[in-house]
Amino acid sequence: MADSPSNPARRRFLTGAATAVGAVGVGFAAVPFLSSFQPSAKAQAAGAPVDMNIGKLAPGQMTTVAWRGKPVYVVNRTDRMLDSLSEIEDRLSDPHSKVASQQPEFATNLYRARKEHERYLVIVGLCTHLGCAPTYRPEVAPDDLGDDWRGGFFCPCHGSKFDLSGRVYKGVPAPTNLVVPQYVYITDEIIRVGGTEEDLA
Amino acid sequence: MIKDLGKWVDDRLPVSRFWNAHLAKYYVPHNFNFWYYFGSLLLVVFVLQIVTGIWLTMSYKPSAENAFASVEYIMRDVEWGWLLRYMHSTGASFFFIAVYLHIFRGMMYGSYKKPRELIWIFGVLILLVLMAEAFMGYLLPWGQMSYWGAQVIISLFSSVPVIGPDLALWVRGDYVVSDATLNRFFALHVIALPLVLLFLIGGHIMALHEVGSNNPDGVEIKENKDNTGKPVDGIPFHPYYTVKDLFGLGVFMFIFAVVLFYWPDGGGLFLEHPNFTPADPLKTPEHIAPVWYFAPHYAILRAIPDKFLGVVAMVAAILILFVLPWLDRNRTRSIRYRSTAFKVNLFAFAAAFIGLGYLGTQAPTALGTLASQILSAVYFGFFVAVFFISRRERTQPVPERLQ
Repeated sequence: MADSPSNPARRRFLTGAATAVGAVGVGFAAVPFLSSFQPSAKAQAAGAPVDMNIGKLAPGQMTTVAWRGKPVYVVNRTDRMLDSLSEIEDRLSDPHSKVASQQPEFATNLYRARKEHERYLVIVGLCTHLGCAPTYRPEVAPDDLGDDWRGGFFCPCHGSKFDLSGRVYKGVPAPTNLVVPQYVYITDEIIRVGGTEEDLA
Repeated sequence: MIKDLGKWVDDRLPVSRFWNAHLAKYYVPHNFNFWYYFGSLLLVVFVLQIVTGIWLTMSYKPSAENAFASVEYIMRDVEWGWLLRYMHSTGASFFFIAVYLHIFRGMMYGSYKKPRELIWIFGVLILLVLMAEAFMGYLLPWGQMSYWGAQVIISLFSSVPVIGPDLALWVRGDYVVSDATLNRFFALHVIALPLVLLFLIGGHIMALHEVGSNNPDGVEIKENKDNTGKPVDGIPFHPYYTVKDLFGLGVFMFIFAVVLFYWPDGGGLFLEHPNFTPADPLKTPEHIAPVWYFAPHYAILRAIPDKFLGVVAMVAAILILFVLPWLDRNRTRSIRYRSTAFKVNLFAFAAAFIGLGYLGTQAPTALGTLASQILSAVYFGFFVAVFFISRRERTQPVPERLQ
């Protein structure tokens, strides 16, 4: 290349234009590489609903079922547990389930459950902080959780606390309530996690 | 005959020029102490990780279904497989021991200061990539800690405002940590990141050899040259420091072998006990803690009771190292000639780092969280304090020559 091009402005323009076009080309070429990191069609299809029978779940007990690879907790709450829900609302961040992304429309109530089966809590058992599975701690005022503990879920990873409706306490790392998944009752004893009203038709 | 062959090659490839420039005629200060072993040790550990890693991939299966069993197969059925695996897992911990001591050396003797800022920046980049490399490697055995550790760390991405959840999904390649995640981490762990590390280490050493090594006195040896142009306080790297480093390597390998043969899990620090149970996506282990070398950063994350700010603090704890060369405004390099205030500050920083490391491995308690908050403040306070201390610091006179 000559040391001093005869028309430096034109040379600069051509260099700039070629660089810009090249950069756009690199941008387009990066798309397949970056997009291949997205969930594959197979992963997207693996979200089938699961049925579970809750008929044998004794009062106060919890059971776990896997849905889309995530743990889903089902708790058969006792009357004592249901009564405790309204006692502690001033210690919760979002007692009235205002954050819409955390539950379907039907669960924006005190019990965060379907009205006709308010006794049964169905939640995704992954902490909204960093995704650990919280442990079910139904006992009242245990040594490690303090005198004012009324039962709920405790995340062993970073100490987030949730009540028996999966509502998050104030002053813990988790920002939002536990997620209530979409579900329907196929019969009084069979829950279809991931199912919608259309499944009943 | 050999000599002729040597000349034949030399005429076509600058072998002896390279040898002289970087070893036989590369002059370094004659007063290197114990702290200067870690650079060369790191290079050896890096090679050790590459070699054992290649051998492990020969028997390892990167799938959610087979990964755990294939690691057990390596441990029980592959000839000497247990040794290769323990060398690799123990090697990872020793890598970080050496890296942290190497960084502390740089901070004590001001090795990050002009004209060595770029060496320092390369070093911090190496630290970052090494952390990613170690994190991805830890998922591969597909044990309980592998799984839930990855779940927690990938969830960190989801705290980024607006794009967070999509970003975490993109990193995982699935709605939960799954086979897709394991497979891509395998690819990144065995090919992509080692290549990046190799490139960065190359840059680190090239930048170092361009400006020359600092030393415990912080005196620039290039400013005192004899009439042949050699630094009067310098000695050639080879044979003086090759021999010294070989001695250091011998001691290091002795300690490494003791741990490798008698204490390969490091009492749960190097290989955590829940990781000997296969991954169960439905159940988090009772107590989940990172491997020791991530514990200080993890303690900072936990200290802050807000998801996004916690992540910001944790990332900032590493990124702030990048600007240290500009935060420290004092020209005196070595701690030997710096003020008491600086010394106290530096050792408080080191103590906070160790303290956070301890807290990060413990279950969360109210007292532990308070302690983490205080030590996090000390950690970040170091950088604030160094900025103000270094402005008008009363330093002792630095000698003209090495002592």
